[in-house]
Amino acid sequence: MGLEDQAAVKRVADEHGSGVVVLLGTPDAESTQTLAQTVVAGDPSYAGPLAGVPLGLPVLHVFEPEVRDQVPADVYEAQVALMEMSLDRDAILAGLREARRVAATT
Amino acid sequence: MELRGKKVIALGERDGVPGPAVAECARGAGAEVVLTLTACYV
Repeated sequence: MGLEDQAAVKRVADEHGSGVVVLLGTPDAESTQTLAQTVVAGDPSYAGPLAGVPLGLPVLHVFEPEVRDQVPADVYEAQVALMEMSLDRDAILAGLREARRVAATT
Repeated sequence: MELRGKKVIALGERDGVPGPAVAECARGAGAEVVLTLTACYV
């Protein structure tokens, strides 16, 4: 995640406290794991404002069934469905599960 | 996790689902979007 984006996430998390949830739209397992790690445990590259800052925010992906079930079907169809068909949803969600597993053990 | 009533950071990506599209889904689910970003890796 870019340095400016990290700063924005940190500012919003500081402003709104523990009620903040991160919803991802990442295209592959690697980017999913990296972004999830950044907003849960801190910047893995130790370069940005989130270095050493474990925000511990809950992370969901827009492709997860539990998210899709909450979004009106017409909205999901218009905003997400095409990308969901063209990307490897199973690999993305496996990456998210791995990120959650790592977060739970650290 | 129920999104209704939550504050959401919509963190999209250019090669995936862009931030504004993620944000629309969050709003549709009843959440308040407090930040929308679209990451870009080149």
